[in-house]
Amino acid sequence: MNETSNKWIGQNTIRPDGADKVTGRAAYGADTTMPGMIWGSVLRSPHPHARIRSIDTSKAEALPGVKAVITAKDIVEFPLDKSVVLGIQDMRWMCRNVMAREKALFHGHPVAAVAATTEAIAAEACKLIDVDYEVLPWVIEIEDAIKPGAPLLHDFIQFEGKPSNIAGTLEHKLGDIDAGFAQADVVIERSFTTRPVHQGYIETHACLVSVSADGKTTIWSSSQGQFMVRAMTSLLTGLPQSSIRAIPAEIGGGFGGKTIVYLEPLATVLSKKSGRPVKMVMSREEVMRATGPTSGSMSTVKIGATKDGKIVAAQGTYYLQAGAFPGSPIRGAAGCAFAPYDIPNVISRGFDVVSNRSKVAAYRAPGAPIGAYAVECVLDEIAEALKIDPLDLRIQNAAREGTKAAHGPVYPRIGLLETMEAARAHPHYKAPLGKFQGRGVASGFWFNAGGESSAQVNITEDGNVVVTTGHPDIGGSRAAIANIAAELLGIDYRRVSVLIGDTATVGYSNLTGGSRVLFASAIVVTESAEQVIGQLKARAAKVWGISADAVVWENGEARPSGDHTGNFPTMTLAEIAAKASETGGPIGAGVQLNTTGAEGGFSTHICDVEVDVELGIVSVLRYTSFQDVGRAVHPAYVEGQIQGGAAQGIGWALNEEYIYNKDGKVDNPGFLDYRMPVCSDLPMLDAVMIEIPNPKHPQGVRGVGEVPLVPVMAAVANAVHSALGKRFYSLPMSPPKVLEGLDEGTLQAAE
Amino acid sequence: MTDIQYLAPHTLDEAVGAFAAAAGTARILAGGTDLLVQMRAGMVRPGLIVDIKKIAEMTSIEETADGGFVVGAAVSGAVLAEHPRFGKVWPGVLESINLIGSTQVQGRASAGGNLCNGSPAGDSVPAMMAADAIVTVQGPNGRRQMPVEAVPAGPGRINLAPAEILVSFTLPPRPPGSSDAYLRMIPRTEMDIAVVGCGVSLTLTNGVCTAARVGLGAVAPTVLLVEAAAKALIGSKLDTAAVDAAAAACSAACRPIDDKRGTIVYRTKVAGVLLKRTVGIAADRAGRA
Ligand SMILES: Cc1cc2nc3c(=O)[nH]c(=O)nc-3n(C[C@H](O)[C@H](O)[C@H](O)COP(=O)(O)OP(=O)(O)OC[C@H]3O[C@@H](n4cnc5c(N)ncnc54)[C@H](O)[C@@H]3O)c2cc1C
Repeated sequence: MNETSNKWIGQNTIRPDGADKVTGRAAYGADTTMPGMIWGSVLRSPHPHARIRSIDTSKAEALPGVKAVITAKDIVEFPLDKSVVLGIQDMRWMCRNVMAREKALFHGHPVAAVAATTEAIAAEACKLIDVDYEVLPWVIEIEDAIKPGAPLLHDFIQFEGKPSNIAGTLEHKLGDIDAGFAQADVVIERSFTTRPVHQGYIETHACLVSVSADGKTTIWSSSQGQFMVRAMTSLLTGLPQSSIRAIPAEIGGGFGGKTIVYLEPLATVLSKKSGRPVKMVMSREEVMRATGPTSGSMSTVKIGATKDGKIVAAQGTYYLQAGAFPGSPIRGAAGCAFAPYDIPNVISRGFDVVSNRSKVAAYRAPGAPIGAYAVECVLDEIAEALKIDPLDLRIQNAAREGTKAAHGPVYPRIGLLETMEAARAHPHYKAPLGKFQGRGVASGFWFNAGGESSAQVNITEDGNVVVTTGHPDIGGSRAAIANIAAELLGIDYRRVSVLIGDTATVGYSNLTGGSRVLFASAIVVTESAEQVIGQLKARAAKVWGISADAVVWENGEARPSGDHTGNFPTMTLAEIAAKASETGGPIGAGVQLNTTGAEGGFSTHICDVEVDVELGIVSVLRYTSFQDVGRAVHPAYVEGQIQGGAAQGIGWALNEEYIYNKDGKVDNPGFLDYRMPVCSDLPMLDAVMIEIPNPKHPQGVRGVGEVPLVPVMAAVANAVHSALGKRFYSLPMSPPKVLEGLDEGTLQAAE
Repeated sequence: MTDIQYLAPHTLDEAVGAFAAAAGTARILAGGTDLLVQMRAGMVRPGLIVDIKKIAEMTSIEETADGGFVVGAAVSGAVLAEHPRFGKVWPGVLESINLIGSTQVQGRASAGGNLCNGSPAGDSVPAMMAADAIVTVQGPNGRRQMPVEAVPAGPGRINLAPAEILVSFTLPPRPPGSSDAYLRMIPRTEMDIAVVGCGVSLTLTNGVCTAARVGLGAVAPTVLLVEAAAKALIGSKLDTAAVDAAAAACSAACRPIDDKRGTIVYRTKVAGVLLKRTVGIAADRAGRA
């Protein structure tokens, strides 16, 4: 599509969800109620690790107002010896995560749930449940979990033939690593740690589930995928998918953390048992204790380069926390770490480590920011050692079209180099810096994804358009789809209404994740719209009595062409719609596809910081992200994605961390002490959008939602190093840590 | 949850009467920005809530004939900020109250609630101590006064007798050359809880510090009045040696804990740093040449 001729693509049109959100009318997960509705509450393990010998629910069941009590017995069990995979989840772990079975594996792990007429009775009933625990030794941190003799979470995990907490490994290999390092003039190897961080969505998990007497089940919930909710609930309750209708609520943030279920299967079973609709809403504390943060990590990266700055070998080893069940994002860490560079010899390894903390969930480019943090910091040290500008070093080694990446692909046309060159040419890169101020740069990569999507485009009787897609809108997909549909049909975007269908009203659509939604849904919407245009032309042709081939669709009108040019007055969409029943019936088309061609996303960031050396406080002064966005269909939303990623990464770099107390429990399960950045902590976060259209997409779309987080921690860390001449190898760079690291010598050198 | 009764009396006598009659199950409600949060978290479950915001004396700000101020215990931060004179005379006290929470919280939160909540990290308390504020309390046995530093008893505990209500803060008149300041260290820039807070009030006469008081928060079970720091400042020209000595006195006064909000080492070091910075701001405001 030709950029200059676009009327709606590239416009910051008014958000379809805007009015409802600013007036408080949008219905989120907790906002739906039903007659006869009762409340569910979860009893959670008070121990980080304990065998469950028995559970006695009789006293809770006897409490007036209690309508149902459930335990793991009521959830479908998936035996440990047979993997059943759904998306990125393994049902063996899912069934044990939603309700502890043999063992409670973290403090806050659900062990039972109650539904009662009021929230207070449900909470009271939870206290009446007697659980006989055999308390076991526990382990939280990676380094403790992989030590010989560490408490083991699962008997069935073996590593190198021995019982272990290392649940899996992954390796990407390219070239000959030893030969590569042998060519290097400078080799730098460093180790890093990062802490688990939470996605921090404002809306806590919430659902309302109604199971009717005939087994028909309706779920209202906030998630990143109503079809994922349906499938997981079906698997965990035994109800067929055809009996479950999952209705997506507006979502108050997900960032990957809502690609999984916690409450829906419990509420379904409670509703089935009680015969009443059941609502469940997590508290922030429950979210912090029992829902997925992303992994903490321990990593070592070694990079070798020649004197003139050519990177010849790179090796990365990443240990990631999975939480209580296998499944940390080692693929993102080890796979994305070196992806921005053309390096002939690479080994990148990931180790998946279980420990007694909540099971991790996806978080924006899962694993990739961890991978980039270590690599981009070591690259900075290589640049320093070789006295090469850090951006020049990256430009010299940047992957480009034809580069073979260690994680597999040979890149098609990509925009990485453009992001680096734009950064180098930007005034930000040359702006002067003061005392204790520093500048850092970093680049990053994310895979992006395609996958299953469905759409339906219908022309209303009055000649307007309704588009239905199957993905919860967490980043602006409705606005972008409206722009695309308006562009293709040649009409004002205000005549296009975009809705998110539920599992009964639209075809299967994979979840909102992997930066896939606009990429994939734009393809099915485009194909649907093209079919609709074909129908519109045929209807006009019929009215005119000419062949459909002789009709063109332009500016929202059918026009006779060729020999027939000028023979008939043009017909608008409204005119054709008005005649629809006489010309063949309703006009509309739906397309369902497994989309491919989502090429990777790259970005390069510049960060300026200032360090208050007496208090150890790092402040970000200026931040600019340069990203290959493919095509910014709705630029304000793309910018928002980029800014949000920077904000989250700054939090990860500077203050966010889970703090565990000596009893193995999270000590900061709330937003007061789990410190995400607030608005006043951040400068204006600038976004420079570079449009290198994805050649495999009708509008040139690449995923834009995840890569904005990937380079951030490294950019901040490199800036802190530039300000102080001292490097911190562990995150977060919180004030006590920074102050402790500043001795007299460092300070004098920095001045 | 059990039923909660709510009363909003118009007089202090009624309030004290109701508070006393409830025999320990009642709570005073000023802005509610601590109380309601604690109730939602299940930490407190009062049977009776006595809202004091309808009592004129507790929501008024009075400038006395001698130039002092009497600030009602339930005056919100936003209302105090709008007073035409208070912030000019007591910029440090005002800033300490105004940095509590956010705009929304400011519409409710009071200095009385901040003090009576008993948190060692309450932001207005060090500034009030530095200001030499006197509190007036009223209970079943009548009224009494005490210095603000006599109120905190420990984390979450204060030295008010059963059924006593904090009525107001009285701030003394200011001699020429006086001012004050408050600074806190938080890892973020707002919506956070002080890791260390420091209030300084001082008077300069011909460049010499003739009076000073220093309040230090979040470094001990209660907010501290650090007399040794004040002593180091008084009589000096606030030269580096004097300010360093005062900073050292602040660090020495710290009896902090290691917790999720800060380490002992960090808090002790930061107490000294904040003292220096706060003295600098107060001195500039007092007209230091
Ligand atoms: C989002 C948020 C941010 C916050 N940020 C800060 C911050 O930055 N710094 C800070 O110090 N605090 C902060 N707080 C805590 C709180 O806002 C302050 O402590 C505030 O000053 C409390 O005042 P209040 O009028 O709301 O007190 P209330 O909640 O009404 O009362 C607090 C306690 O004191 C008792 N009480 C109140 N008035 C009297 C009285 N006159 N006599 C006897 N007892 C009384 C109450 O019974 C209650 O136990 C924050 C709170 C929130 C919710």
